Amino acid sequence: MPKRTDIRSILIIGAGPIVIGQACEFDYSGTQACRVLREEGYRVILANSNPATIMTDPDFADATYIEPLAIDVLEKIIERERPDALLPTLGGQTALNLAMELFEAGVLERYGVELIGANAGAIATAEDREKFKQAMIEIGLEVPPSGTAHNMAEAHEVIATIGLPAVIRPAYILGGKGTGIASTPEEFEVIASNGLDASPISEILVERSIAGWKEFELEVMRDRADNCVIICSIENVDPMGVHTGDSITVAPAQTLSDVEYQTMRDAAFACIRRVGVETGGSNVQFAVHPDTGQMVVIEMNPRVSRSSALASKATGFPIAKIAARLAVGYTLDEIENDITRVVDPDTGEVLRSTPASFEPAIDYVVVKIPRWAFEKFPGTTGVLGTQMQSVGEAMAFGRTFTEALQKTLRSLEQGRGGLNGDALESEFDSLDDEALLTAVGRATPDRIYAVESALRRGIPLDVVYDTCRIDPWFLDQMLQISEERAELTSIGFDAMDPATWRRAKRFGFGDGQLAYLWGIDEATVRAARIAAGVVITYKTVDTCAAEFEAATPYHYGTYEDTSEVVPSSRDKVIILGSGPNRIGQGIEFDYCCVHACFSLGDAGYETIMVNCNPETVSTDYDTSDRLYFEPLTHEGVMNVIEAEQQSAADGGGRLLGVIVSLGGQTPLKLADSLPRELILGTSPDSIDLAEDRDRWNSLCAQLEIPQPAGGTATTIEGALAITDRIGFPALVRPSYVLGGRAMEIVYDADGLRSAIAALAGLSGLGREGLLSADRPVLVDRFLEDATEVDVDAIRDHTGEVVIGAVMEHVEEAGVHSGDSACMIPPMGLSEATVAVIESHVRSIAEALDVRGLINVQFAVKHSGDHPDATQVFVIEANPRASRTVPFVAKATGVPLVKIAARVMCGATLAELREEGLLRPAVEGDHVAVKEAVLPFSRFPDADALLGPEMRSTGEVMGIDLTLGQAFAKSQLAAGDRMPEEGTVFMSLADRDKRTGTRAARVFTELGFSIVATEGTAAHFRTEGIEVTEIVSKISDVAGRPIDSTGVDAVELIAAGKVQLIVNSPRGRGPRADGGYIRAAAGRHSVPLLTTAAAALAAANGILETRRHPLVVRPLQEYHAGVHTQG
Amino acid sequence: MSVRNGVLVLSDGEMFEGELIGAISNSPITGEVVFNTVMSGYQEVISDPSYAGQIITFTTSHLGNYGTNDTDDESERPRCRGVVIRELARRRSNWRATEDLDGYLERHNIVGIAGVDTRRLTRHLRDHGAVPGAIGIDRDATAAAARDALTTDGIDLVTTVTTDRTLRHETDSGSARRVVAIDCGIKTTMVRHLSGLASVEIVPASTTAEDILARSPNGVFLSNGPGDPAAVDYIVDTVRGLLGRVPIFGICMGHQLLGQAVGATTFKLPFGHHGGNHPVRDLETGKVEITSQNHNYCVDLEGVADLEVTHLNLNDGTLEGFRCTNVAAFGIQYHPEAGPGPHDSAYLFDRFARLMDEHSGATATAGAR
Repeated sequence: MPKRTDIRSILIIGAGPIVIGQACEFDYSGTQACRVLREEGYRVILANSNPATIMTDPDFADATYIEPLAIDVLEKIIERERPDALLPTLGGQTALNLAMELFEAGVLERYGVELIGANAGAIATAEDREKFKQAMIEIGLEVPPSGTAHNMAEAHEVIATIGLPAVIRPAYILGGKGTGIASTPEEFEVIASNGLDASPISEILVERSIAGWKEFELEVMRDRADNCVIICSIENVDPMGVHTGDSITVAPAQTLSDVEYQTMRDAAFACIRRVGVETGGSNVQFAVHPDTGQMVVIEMNPRVSRSSALASKATGFPIAKIAARLAVGYTLDEIENDITRVVDPDTGEVLRSTPASFEPAIDYVVVKIPRWAFEKFPGTTGVLGTQMQSVGEAMAFGRTFTEALQKTLRSLEQGRGGLNGDALESEFDSLDDEALLTAVGRATPDRIYAVESALRRGIPLDVVYDTCRIDPWFLDQMLQISEERAELTSIGFDAMDPATWRRAKRFGFGDGQLAYLWGIDEATVRAARIAAGVVITYKTVDTCAAEFEAATPYHYGTYEDTSEVVPSSRDKVIILGSGPNRIGQGIEFDYCCVHACFSLGDAGYETIMVNCNPETVSTDYDTSDRLYFEPLTHEGVMNVIEAEQQSAADGGGRLLGVIVSLGGQTPLKLADSLPRELILGTSPDSIDLAEDRDRWNSLCAQLEIPQPAGGTATTIEGALAITDRIGFPALVRPSYVLGGRAMEIVYDADGLRSAIAALAGLSGLGREGLLSADRPVLVDRFLEDATEVDVDAIRDHTGEVVIGAVMEHVEEAGVHSGDSACMIPPMGLSEATVAVIESHVRSIAEALDVRGLINVQFAVKHSGDHPDATQVFVIEANPRASRTVPFVAKATGVPLVKIAARVMCGATLAELREEGLLRPAVEGDHVAVKEAVLPFSRFPDADALLGPEMRSTGEVMGIDLTLGQAFAKSQLAAGDRMPEEGTVFMSLADRDKRTGTRAARVFTELGFSIVATEGTAAHFRTEGIEVTEIVSKISDVAGRPIDSTGVDAVELIAAGKVQLIVNSPRGRGPRADGGYIRAAAGRHSVPLLTTAAAALAAANGILETRRHPLVVRPLQEYHAGVHTQG
Repeated sequence: MSVRNGVLVLSDGEMFEGELIGAISNSPITGEVVFNTVMSGYQEVISDPSYAGQIITFTTSHLGNYGTNDTDDESERPRCRGVVIRELARRRSNWRATEDLDGYLERHNIVGIAGVDTRRLTRHLRDHGAVPGAIGIDRDATAAAARDALTTDGIDLVTTVTTDRTLRHETDSGSARRVVAIDCGIKTTMVRHLSGLASVEIVPASTTAEDILARSPNGVFLSNGPGDPAAVDYIVDTVRGLLGRVPIFGICMGHQLLGQAVGATTFKLPFGHHGGNHPVRDLETGKVEITSQNHNYCVDLEGVADLEVTHLNLNDGTLEGFRCTNVAAFGIQYHPEAGPGPHDSAYLFDRFARLMDEHSGATATAGAR
């Protein structure tokens, strides 16, 4: 069946901001879909609020709406664009839910929009747990016994028949939000009630717990001719009970015989057919009883999922791309498998190809391990469960499980060399057997190391198995790593021969682990190994286990006989990616790496990508000319560099260099250990000049740019000496970190002492090695009440500087820039102030001899009421891509990274202007606001407070003609719909009262009632603002107000009497005040603003929204200049 | 487990290092080296009689993870000459497992080699075709053995695997149908499928047409088998004697024998089809099925009358199935019985049942739609 010609335009809904459970895998899938559908000649309309995505680049769709993903907004887009079809299966749970809402509200019918990919009936069957269960029973598949409940009374009835332990799962949620296992009646009460709250339709499924069973997933594709194929089988190392997104997973499945696998395959097909997913990809999860083989169906995602992204990267089969083609009518056999296509290099003629209607065969093992950020959320337990908590993941290939496992552990960048053989192994090695087995039995991010430690000390494998229920096959593989370690230690460095080197590398041992085991340095190990002739070989990911010739240059490293890389004659550039997503380093940096690939590819270079994050666009095999899916470690990167240099020596193109400045801190940290002459862009010395506090201070002094007073220290005494000089409050931060890791504002000597002690400690923060003689702590005077400003700029080798944008933060200095809303243009800064800032940027860029991007942060202190009476302090400069670069590009229409990548390879800005790549920024007509999205609802025990440590997972952009409208859109996009009426609760720190009063005045004018805490209320009354009620903020443990007001804010919130909360912190410890209020806000989904500045912007936003209805416009229109559109 | 270093050498001199597993052999063992890309089902593959005379390379990384068990064998004992793998599991894990793969190989006297860069080997076989090779300890002796080793071309390997007496399997469906299966190396799974349709008599490959017809079957089944289909003309004669007198269904070698009986020829494919993931189109319905494949030879229908192509391989366009338009007979090149492999093509056994019913009027019960 050919593609459909009865539809011409297709709306794709993206996944919105990066949140836990929904990360950049949906940028990967959405980008593929946009590409393919445009190739097929359809008009593509895209809606996504996330500016850091590749898919929202204006080149990827005909109309790109960076607008809030809310049903009323989408209706406006549909009204304006009149798409023929809506493809809801590529934007995660967000898109699926919105599509269902649009369907149920009759919007799709009203505008004649057809759902393609999955219809409403199929979505409902897969998503509604009771319907799904019934459907599975109908087709003869087993499911765990269960029942649904819509309130606690029903929940009690269900549990009476099912029995404990039970799993509670809310309907229509993503990433397992609100899900939990209850083993006691008390736990059941709490989890069931939270689950009812978490479900948008107030429905939970209560299910017999099958924790400890083996867990498998199959990725299925189906076309409209009912052809079905399995793309990949995935086995979870962690048994049932840990969310699959939080599990260590392996592809292909390792412990199923063919009989069992084929039974599961049949079940997956029966499932997708019964649910009625007509075309596209789905993911079906199964549990298998380890002792009886009993198989039950757990759930099914009727859409492209996180697992499909993983399966695509693990097999080379581009699920999203194929799913998009299937949605427009193609069948699997009509689509070529582009990996096995062989093209005549001279004529471009396709010599041979095989169709996509096949099942990939793989001849390697892939391991994925999640990365968590519990350290950012004090108060969380760090125990894994059925609710996903990880923020990112790494994946690695190996020819064996042991090799893949150790490579993945290294790829996580958490200081581990592999499964053992590093300094951190002492943590579990020092425990006694009982304590160690307790650790083995608790699913935590570190459990796998506890398991290894237990096996290594000789605790019988069966005992370990009974404790953790990780399959014995996996345990034996880990035991083999332990045994090999002992073997290597006993052989010793001097006695290693080619055979023992090769065996060690085939077990996945990194040079760093070997160096640790032998007490020598890594460089010595590497040199000796290479001298022994044991060098890495690169194999190809080809979907067919080498059965057919494959031209796709998608490689992984392993230690085998021969390598398969085919060099070209073009000049080559290596781009180092950003590794696993983490808070502070995520999709923004992948965007930068991808743009460099695009830009340098367009300019004729051969682009070579190195990365280990399966969720990203950068690890798509057709983003770069050659992809190495490898750990971003010194060893991993040097192997690639040497292989590429070798291929240059063998007659391939020259290796021009390595780009380290686009992938965040990960590649930057490697820069020092790579050959200096290969670093493209700003020199490592300049990077160090900006990072080294003493050198930086003297540079600023020389340039006469003011800085907040401060100094560096490696001890508590040293730090106290600094604060003696500069006073409090002070900002304490480690050097060489991203995302404000461990950054803290301290108000007195005690606070300073505990901050330094935490950094120097041997556990927690100390483990991250944040404080040492090489890495002193920075202690600066904290500028209260200052406005923070971010600037992104590019400088070329001739010295020309182009300012990308000056961004003004909405929250004042002290809130991490990544967690703060910011706006372009900087509406609150005078022209003169902006001119001063730009001039500072130019002189810093010149002094650092920047070649490429630079980001500079400033604090602007207002001294009086006159707008020009300001003082500009420079906080820091980073000669690299910043988190804000994609936002700037979306707001101004200038592709900063594409330009910067060329500049790093020697082009001048003048040349790029001539070429048309460097365009003047679009400005003056519109305002763009970037807002952070925080994961507090995932961590109910953590305080929802903004501070100098970044904790947001993602971002959204609001763009409109005025600041108020843009801000309102950004809040809506971030998930906080500003109320139109009702009551605002305000509790402000003294320093916020001035701005807060302005906000309160607007709220009152808009007809809101104000309730406030005592001090805030008193201040408002002196300003003539009416306060309807004074409430106590803090309650005691029993929930009673502790002062005399009689009313408790938490109660008020719980009773639904508050529609908006403004609570700015007093800043001395998370629980000192306000913590309960913020927790209540999260629990009851009441919008919460934690700064007065944000409150004012929100008030103005509500005002603007009331005056003007929300208008949607595509980004292409903003970039063309809105005024020209009338 | 003490490590026994060994080598695999191909007849063209290509050498692969590894560690010997399975049975101990003091002299090199030889066979035709082929590969299979299935990711599960090693026990079925190793015990498939079609691999007689061959050394099987598994492309999947790990083998032996789920051990072996009493029910997944495809014949009484493996007939392959050896196995080549990347990584052998030391500990099995599966609720059905009764033995380790290593022990299974040893018990069945199969020599294997592990630790091999099987991807390099597979690419070599892909580019050069299946070639003879040898596995042994001593490099020179193994290389010499490899040089002298034979391909399966022109060799009748069926005689080495066929049954020496008639075996009966009652049907579990209650059907009155009776099928005679000519055993060229029949797989257990095939027998299981057939006995779902009919009571089955498995007869030696040398059984004559008259002898078979004397058993008055409703249908005759031609099984899979090892080696060169052109080397077993006595079975082709038998099939010729059956054509038009009783409905015939041939699978794999059976398909090739049927092809020859109606006048077609067979030729050796460059590197054969060996895996569980090949797409095949059923031209009657247009649907694509994922199939289990294991064959080196292919039927060439060029110039043969009264035939209709029913199935094509979508990877390379080769013939995967045909039916006769003048008599009740059809052949399928791949393995609809699976074992190992996908179940997508099981419907072909139902087609056989229908064909039998149309020609004999036997009461159709379970299995026939």
